[in-house]
Amino acid sequence: MKLCDLVVGQSGTVRTVDDHSPADAIARRLRDLGFVSGESVRLVARGPIGREPLLVQVGFTRFALRIAEAGRVRIDLSPA
Amino acid sequence: MSEATLSTRIALVGSPNCGKTALFNRLTGSRQKVANYAGVTVERKEGRFVAPSGRTFQVLDLPGAYSLDAASPDEAITRDICHGRFPGEARPDVLVCVADATNLRLHLRFVLEVRKLGQPMIVAVNMMDAARRRGITIDLHALESELGVPVVETIAVQRNGAAALIAKLDEAGRTPAPSSETPNDLHAEVRRLLAATVRMPTRTAAIDDAIDRVVLHPILGLLLLAGVMFAIFQAVFAWASPIQELVSTGVSALGGTVGDWLPDGPLRSLVVDGLFAGVGTVLEFLPQIIILFVFILLLEESGYLPRAAFLLDRLMSAAGLSGRSFIPLLSSFACAIPGIMAARSIQNPRDRLATILVAPLMTCSARLPVYTLLIGAFVPRREVAGWFNLQGLVLFALYVAGIASALLISWIMKRWRRGDGERSLLLELPSYRLPNLRDLAIGLWERAYIFLRRVSTVILALTVILWFLSSFPGAPAGATGAAIDYSFAGKIGHFIQPLFAPLGFTWEICIALLPGLAAREVAVSALGTVYALQAASDDAMASQLSAIVASQWSVATGLSLLVWYIYAPMCLSTIAVIRRETHGWRTAGFATAYLFALAYVASLVTYQVAVRVFE
Repeated sequence: MKLCDLVVGQSGTVRTVDDHSPADAIARRLRDLGFVSGESVRLVARGPIGREPLLVQVGFTRFALRIAEAGRVRIDLSPA
Repeated sequence: MSEATLSTRIALVGSPNCGKTALFNRLTGSRQKVANYAGVTVERKEGRFVAPSGRTFQVLDLPGAYSLDAASPDEAITRDICHGRFPGEARPDVLVCVADATNLRLHLRFVLEVRKLGQPMIVAVNMMDAARRRGITIDLHALESELGVPVVETIAVQRNGAAALIAKLDEAGRTPAPSSETPNDLHAEVRRLLAATVRMPTRTAAIDDAIDRVVLHPILGLLLLAGVMFAIFQAVFAWASPIQELVSTGVSALGGTVGDWLPDGPLRSLVVDGLFAGVGTVLEFLPQIIILFVFILLLEESGYLPRAAFLLDRLMSAAGLSGRSFIPLLSSFACAIPGIMAARSIQNPRDRLATILVAPLMTCSARLPVYTLLIGAFVPRREVAGWFNLQGLVLFALYVAGIASALLISWIMKRWRRGDGERSLLLELPSYRLPNLRDLAIGLWERAYIFLRRVSTVILALTVILWFLSSFPGAPAGATGAAIDYSFAGKIGHFIQPLFAPLGFTWEICIALLPGLAAREVAVSALGTVYALQAASDDAMASQLSAIVASQWSVATGLSLLVWYIYAPMCLSTIAVIRRETHGWRTAGFATAYLFALAYVASLVTYQVAVRVFE
């Protein structure tokens, strides 16, 4: 599943970040920010309009991501 | 040998919001702006200090970067300086890589990236006080031996909080062995380092989770945001009035005393009509500007701004902006110049351009005196629905009109220019922080100082020039009208007035518009001077500008001028900064033209409608 499919409060483990284009700058930046294989992530909140942006906890940091950005991150759902 | 070659050049680098600027201020005693969000510093700042050994250090404060693989113009500055490719800047002798002790998972990756450069470096683990409060323990000795570079702890917000760093710098940095790891390995290496050296009871502060549940709530969060913005504008009016009246009375009384003491003649006119009626009128607005900045600084320090950006991202993105535009646009309420520069932290070029183009529509603090004068003259001071002040409501409406116009314009530009590439948000939400009273006081003092300096330089000079133009040449013998009608300024005002007649502007307003281009507050001081000179013939000189304006202008004219100032062609320094930030006159010229056209049309409509409604 993808990071953007999580329900608020759910956690998962990152499998990979997809490149949407050759040398995808956004995918590269996501990896720099810590979205790498084996890292655990949690969906903390969603924005008020269109369930966007997503507030994602990765490592000790929280990032606001749009659905298109979070859609690049493939994860495995952690058991609740 | 020059001093620059004798001293050691160090540069502060690190991930955004790790406290580089606070550390810079601690080291050098400067007062650069610090706040709690990523991207406060967007340009290189320079300072110096002398270590106890007598060695001089030149310190560069650089914009924060998540990676040396730069994604925005501010990150590119840091990358270029680290690589020694920045024009006119030698490669720093020592890189001080700053990391937030509470955010090491992210910040250590950048430390490793800097280590790959193979240059002398020191790691400063900052905010150790916050880390201790959260029960985080870091084995700095272990980290130092694992990294192979010196590691020191710093608490930038505490006196002597940089002592360990200064001591280490005095011994000179060791050169680490260059490594050849790939980006994937960097993350693995960070995990290994953390496991070996850091104990962290919880991943985030519990208080952040609790506050965010309310602040980021889909309904409560938006209500809170609206409430905060509304409270600011009510406070600017309601709280400032008493202090403002005090300043106003003081200035008038002093003007009267000095006027009585001076002999009649040009000097008396310059002092009374130029300095007191002109410059003094602008001075009255200091309390309002201070109150506005109390709120802006509190919001910046607390960490709330990125939350507001989170709540508004979807809305702003629909309008062709981005949540990232929120912080530059909010800064523009203070002044469009830092706002436009803050847009450097926006990665997407189109979002950045749109933000720069609409930033002048945010009501800057220089417009506050104009709004206040006109609202005071034409809007009755009345309670609305029990506890709102009608004047405050009108002020709020003017700010909203600016924001709505900005959204509309960026939306039109989005239709008109199809996007180049995907637009991203990727915004870090920092931990909340209690605003530091000392920082707040320093920030307010800086703003008050900037305002007073403007009053005593640009505004004073323009007012004196305007007084001269309005006083000479004097009326010819046997003239019937007021003397000012025959002066240079009077002639200029009468000459351009036909252009603005459909907007309901009098020739006095036309005179005031011209120096208003240099600094918007001057429009108020100019009106003060012009009316004071006019009134000099009949003894009504002492009366306040607001009362004169209320009696001389129609309501339609007042409203039309208010609307003019929502869009008002920008001040010259804003045009100059747009030119610099966009590398050319094209965007600056476009912004000037579209804002002028918008101001003209909006005022025209307002006046023509208001004339029919009120008269």
